Amino acid sequence: MAFARNHDLHKRRLSLNVGVSLTLGGLVVLLFVLTMVKISRGSLMEGYDYRPRASLLPVTEPIGRPAAPASDPAAEPAGEPAAEPAN
Amino acid sequence: MTDFSATDRAYDARFGDYVQLLKPRVMSLVVFTALVGMMVAPAPVHPVLGFAAILFIALGAGASGALNMWWDADIDRVMRRTARRPVPSGRVSAEAALALGVGLSGLSVVLLSIAANWVAAGLLAFTIFFYAVIYTMGLKRLTPQNIVIGGAAGAFPPVIGWAAATGGTSLEAWAMFALIFLWTPPHFWALALYIKEDYHRAGVPMLTVTHGRPATRTHILAYSAILAVFAVGAGLAGLGGPIYLVTALALNAVFLAGAIRIWRRAEAEAEADYYAAEKRFFGFSILYLFLHFGALLADATLLRAGMY
Repeated sequence: MAFARNHDLHKRRLSLNVGVSLTLGGLVVLLFVLTMVKISRGSLMEGYDYRPRASLLPVTEPIGRPAAPASDPAAEPAGEPAAEPAN
Repeated sequence: MTDFSATDRAYDARFGDYVQLLKPRVMSLVVFTALVGMMVAPAPVHPVLGFAAILFIALGAGASGALNMWWDADIDRVMRRTARRPVPSGRVSAEAALALGVGLSGLSVVLLSIAANWVAAGLLAFTIFFYAVIYTMGLKRLTPQNIVIGGAAGAFPPVIGWAAATGGTSLEAWAMFALIFLWTPPHFWALALYIKEDYHRAGVPMLTVTHGRPATRTHILAYSAILAVFAVGAGLAGLGGPIYLVTALALNAVFLAGAIRIWRRAEAEAEADYYAAEKRFFGFSILYLFLHFGALLADATLLRAGMY
């Protein structure tokens, strides 16, 4: 059954359709602005994946401690692992 | 296909009918008290995050309103005050009210956790549960203390606002909670006195139905006295600042005078002037709450501006 373009149903539901459209559009805009604000404030935007990442681990060494000499073979590299295998 | 019943209906719900399901007037109080809770908190909030948090708290409050209208459609239909609500008047189906309530409940809690934090979102979830399940489905039809305990649901928004800003709660936040909690019984009992037969007809065990009108008048006075002592005492103990203290002293004197007037009136006297004193007390009680929270906001703003 095809509705004519100006079927009475369209008129009766116009208010609801327009209202829901504007509300959902507003929600999309709000979430976008919210995301931009959070990113610009430097909030953490990643969670734990199936494997730990060094960038998500809590800082355990005091900031400002002198780095170990490069020649020291026992020194652990700070920060993220050099490379991660491709998924 | 020759039959499609959707085209045969005389009335399709309009957008405004769904907005009515969210109890916009209650929402305005929620928005204001949550905003004050957030502004009074000692942690600055980014304007966009604060706006979003308040919006989602209001949405959660609206969701619990829709669930309340879904469950209470049978008694709303009997009471003159509520018979024109969307569900009892037939403009929106009960199922649609339930779907909207459940959907918005989940959405508001998740979105508040994103805009603010999980403490605020958890408190919002508990508030919706408390209002829709504990109060609406339980207490309201069981006990004349329904208003007293159910008042907790309306008292949560400033605590949620505070939690959205700080990530926790504190004594000041719970003092704001207590202010609304103690204010709710005299506010609603004044209403119950003058809408008269509605609660009788609906079989809701309001205090006026179970204990009579004179007992309700006494209860209004007792709770108003407790509220006045608390509101002024909290100011003396350090809630807010000088503006709050002066406001609380003045408003509670007027509030208490109104409660005493109601307490001293006989039923015949109230009927003769169509419950003028009770209606005035009810109207003033709304102003009372707005001004108390307005004073807290003014004190917090001046404190932040370095005036104290």
